[in-house]
Amino acid sequence: MIARHFGIGLAIVFIASYALAQGMADKGGTDKRRSGTQDMGGVLQKMQDDDTANPGMLFVQLGGELWGKASGASGKSCADCHGSVASMKGVAARYPAIPKGADAPVDLEGRIDLCRTANQRAGSLTSESRELLALTAYVAHQSRGFPITPPDDPRLAPFRARGEKLWQARQGQLNLSCAICHDDNAGKKLAGVTIPEAHPTGYPIYRLEWQTLGSLKRRLRNCLAGIRAEPYAYDAPEYVMLDLFLMDRARGMMLESPGVRP
Amino acid sequence: MANVLVNAPKTAKRGSIVEIKALILHPMETGFRPGPNGRIIPRNIIERFTATWNGTEIFDMEMSPAIAANPFVSFFAVASESGTVGLRWTGDEGFVVEERVAIAVE
Repeated sequence: MIARHFGIGLAIVFIASYALAQGMADKGGTDKRRSGTQDMGGVLQKMQDDDTANPGMLFVQLGGELWGKASGASGKSCADCHGSVASMKGVAARYPAIPKGADAPVDLEGRIDLCRTANQRAGSLTSESRELLALTAYVAHQSRGFPITPPDDPRLAPFRARGEKLWQARQGQLNLSCAICHDDNAGKKLAGVTIPEAHPTGYPIYRLEWQTLGSLKRRLRNCLAGIRAEPYAYDAPEYVMLDLFLMDRARGMMLESPGVRP
Repeated sequence: MANVLVNAPKTAKRGSIVEIKALILHPMETGFRPGPNGRIIPRNIIERFTATWNGTEIFDMEMSPAIAANPFVSFFAVASESGTVGLRWTGDEGFVVEERVAIAVE
């Protein structure tokens, strides 16, 4: 009995210190970075936190169905090889990464599609298709609350550096770089909207403007169109490079997938 | 592909007011937008949402094309007896989805 109470006491202490650590990580003095969540209104924050109000959870549910469904010439489902989706805990926090036997990084969507074409021997899923988004959301949801931890793979460094270069480069008719808005002027207003710091903490996100779930790629295309630059092709490596750079920039921040954004 | 999230209390005190929240995956295509080929995409919306408590209708809502995709509906009901809340969405292209949740009233 005493041992049991002691165990419960320990658990409470652990939970309390964990909550404290979380609070410090979010609002603490040293880390001034802000997730897009903190720039949203209270109503949207509530929507994101409530799993029965967050529309992204509809896609997570859909992803759960797809996870168990056999597909392709192999006749296997994701679950047949990976088992429970719990095996995917923390995966979204470390992508993009270089898959075994490859020499270029892929993002989470790319990795899922790779598994699909190589192991399930099924047709490739198109970018932003409902199936790919649902599976990505299902996998990413497992990493909710995990800190972003890009892998220490030295082969990623050149790709990340190119991503940073893209981030700094002016482009488009408005001749703006990503950094001009999201580094130099983050927190200020662009029309009525607060410019976020652009940390990829909630992807795939349910964006109310889109009325659906979307990937970081779609969000980047959105920004490129906004500065009147020509978005890279859907399969362009630039998106993965930017993703690599952004994930490194957001290192240690908490994943919130699926996020809700205005 | 029915995909619904319902949030209702499992238990309620007799006579208390409970909130029932329902979210459903649906494109709510307005019927006014041109598709990539320039032709109008046919309207595909949920037309009606009804809720029953042990078979008695407690909530009825008519939806219009102005309602965004994946509609989220929240409403209140007085918990008078234990039973099942039935939720039903019907709409264009023969769309019918039904969902049930049990609420125990003490």
